[in-house]
Amino acid sequence: MISQIVLSGLTSGAIYALVALGFAIIYNASHVINFAQGEFVMIGGMAAVAFVDVGFPLPLAIVLSITAATFIGFLLEKLAVEPARGAPVVTLIIITIGASILLRGLASLVWDKKIHALPAFSGDAPIALGNATLLPQTLWVLGATVATVAALWWFFNRTLTGKAILAVSHNRLAAQLMGISVRRVLLVSFGLSGALGALAGVLIAPISFTSWDIGVMLGLKGFAAAILGGLGSGPGAIVGGLALGLMEALGAGYLSSAYKDVFAFVIILAALVFLPNGLFGRRAAERV
Amino acid sequence: MVAVLPLALANNYTYEIAILVGLNAIVCVGLNLLIGYAGQISLGHAGFFGLGAYGSAILAARYGLSPLISLPVCVAAVAAIAWIVGKPILRLKGHYLAMATLGLGIIVSVVLATEDRITGGPDGMSVPAVRIAEWVVAGEATWYWIVGGALVLTVWLAQNLIDSPRGRAWRALHGSEVAAAAAGIDPARHKLAAFVISAALAAFAGALAAHYSGFITPSKASFLHSIELVTMVVFGGMASTFGAVVGAAVLTTLPQLLTVFKEYEMVLLGAVMMLTMIFMPRGLVPTLEGLYAAARRKSE
Amino acid sequence: MLLRAENLSKRFGGVHAVRAVGLEIAAGAVHSIIGPNGAGKTTLLNMLSGIYRPDEGSIVFNASSLTGRQPHEFAAAGIARTFQNLQVFMNMSALENVMAGAWLHEACGLAAAALRLPRLARAELKAREEARALLEFVGLARWVEAPSDRLPYGALKRLEIARALAARPKLLLLDEPAAGLNPAETKEVDELIRRIAARGITVVLVEHNMKLVMEVSQHIVVLEQGCKLAEGDAAAVSADARVIEAYLGCST
Repeated sequence: MISQIVLSGLTSGAIYALVALGFAIIYNASHVINFAQGEFVMIGGMAAVAFVDVGFPLPLAIVLSITAATFIGFLLEKLAVEPARGAPVVTLIIITIGASILLRGLASLVWDKKIHALPAFSGDAPIALGNATLLPQTLWVLGATVATVAALWWFFNRTLTGKAILAVSHNRLAAQLMGISVRRVLLVSFGLSGALGALAGVLIAPISFTSWDIGVMLGLKGFAAAILGGLGSGPGAIVGGLALGLMEALGAGYLSSAYKDVFAFVIILAALVFLPNGLFGRRAAERV
Repeated sequence: MVAVLPLALANNYTYEIAILVGLNAIVCVGLNLLIGYAGQISLGHAGFFGLGAYGSAILAARYGLSPLISLPVCVAAVAAIAWIVGKPILRLKGHYLAMATLGLGIIVSVVLATEDRITGGPDGMSVPAVRIAEWVVAGEATWYWIVGGALVLTVWLAQNLIDSPRGRAWRALHGSEVAAAAAGIDPARHKLAAFVISAALAAFAGALAAHYSGFITPSKASFLHSIELVTMVVFGGMASTFGAVVGAAVLTTLPQLLTVFKEYEMVLLGAVMMLTMIFMPRGLVPTLEGLYAAARRKSE
Repeated sequence: MLLRAENLSKRFGGVHAVRAVGLEIAAGAVHSIIGPNGAGKTTLLNMLSGIYRPDEGSIVFNASSLTGRQPHEFAAAGIARTFQNLQVFMNMSALENVMAGAWLHEACGLAAAALRLPRLARAELKAREEARALLEFVGLARWVEAPSDRLPYGALKRLEIARALAARPKLLLLDEPAAGLNPAETKEVDELIRRIAARGITVVLVEHNMKLVMEVSQHIVVLEQGCKLAEGDAAAVSADARVIEAYLGCST
């Protein structure tokens, strides 16, 4: 049984990790917490379902929905974040929360409030692995996450755009003086986070379905995972997400399934009390 | 100064809205002390509201306590909880504090929804009517005066705190925590005080709400409600008690008006939140005050 | 001896900012801590005001140990300070800044504050007058009611001094009070420090402006790379060969 629980935990953990990475990337570039991150996940799943319903083949639907989410990420940055640059943290938080409400409202209008499922990428036949049975979709989730993390590593360390984003996150002014366009970096960060969120949404939709409001809890848990790993740390986001998924699954399996949603937050609270900056967070040193 | 309550209300429906505004305003005035003055943040304050509501309801329904007793007991209990929980949490800063308060709020709302033997679960529980001796407290007008009185009292207490050295200490913490500490202001103690006071006020409003509507559900402690409360405070204007009241008034009545639009309600609400924060980042009241002051300077 | 610090050390990761520095501050005098950039002056000051906890060493102030205590406890013991990177309460007026600085002497209970007891109103008026007087003392009489974000840089530096004085400290730590000031303003700071010392307050300054330091200090400590290089009065220090080599340069 434990292997089943561990697998389930790793699967949801991978999704949390992708969402958390989205938070981390945006936070690093702009110091904004994008409370609409969960809606990208929702858009990924719902849009893919819509495209499939219209008749597009699954791979195309996936690509289109991720593209759509990327574009919405751009819009979010351009229309909501950029005009409010320099506003206090609380204000920015409210703006992104407003954006998430707006996106959810639009989703309920454009689509509906029902629960939808995306067809599994390679069929439903469970695979036996020792004592556990594995859905093929689980392999997709884990594999795609690993591939994405590798691709992101390559992007941030080997491409100019990626390095520019890292530069801005370390020292915005210095990056600007070196000729890096902070506006472009912000745009790319939001688009990238949108894509990551949508990818997560598309991956998980065959397993836990999708609907207009799945973004709320997923966004909050992804945020919790990002905080657990230390806000702004990429590796932290991944470790945080996986840890969160595992502990949540273990808790639900062995302690109480009614309180499943609560485990994530109890863990975060406990972690924050002992590690005020998360697992890998940088201690903000105030120069006086 | 203390806002004068409008005395021209037409029918039951408007009374009901006014009462809702009043209840939200009580929470917001308290929350404003925490966010606007002490400079902290809480994304889980609806949890305290819910605890106050359910606490007083359970004491009244299952133990037969009169609300005159259950209400203060409940508020004191929630204040104690806030004190215990606040001590470790308020060491956190910024987004980490936001996360911790958010987590707290969610834990409370899930527990309230899950422990259905005590709380009636997700469908909520009913609250017995308030009886003081022979008199059954009922009717919109009666409750209006009760809530109105409670709001006036809250605003008076809050303003007194703000104008006192304590209020200055909070604002100092907000301005520069390190300089405030260097002036002898203990950050932990003062943040905790703001947190506990705002929690107690939220519980107070929650208990009143429960007894007024005769019914409560766990959604009153939800993340969404917490966000609504924070939005009211920020929208109205942080570091302004009047702003908190105005924010509560506008953002409580607005969704009522928007129900006309039915399905578009969420879209419009989200749009309103975004637009007002983008164009009035300091909130409605400070922005209007600024415009007024600028206009006066021009005419001099 | 008003303050005795022994063997103070502070590391930040691999950087050894302050190494085994000992300090004795005598009451009633003006002391200065000087040294090249990176010598550890501000770190030392931060330890003396409780903002950094020393990795090693002890601090004894007025015969009681302050080692390992919180900044507000240092303040309560009688140490006040200003900041190199201004930490003015920009959300308040100049007067309110100074009144906030007097917290230790006007603390009130929560209940008393919430209920607006009459004695509070009297205390408020008194606090206002005292704050006004302090602003005049530092030369900011015309800025009393102004919001702090309107004040020019030089005025803000003096506002911090007024705020620190409001705590009625026995020891005042000034972190680069003349930084960014022109010669005329620096002269005013010089005179202000003398007036403060005349009130019986012990002053310790961290400064780069040598003219100011030599003119106003009775005792100078020179730091270099975290260690104490030399100490003594102005004449002794400016003649010390090691100090000249490390900091003052070949003299003109």
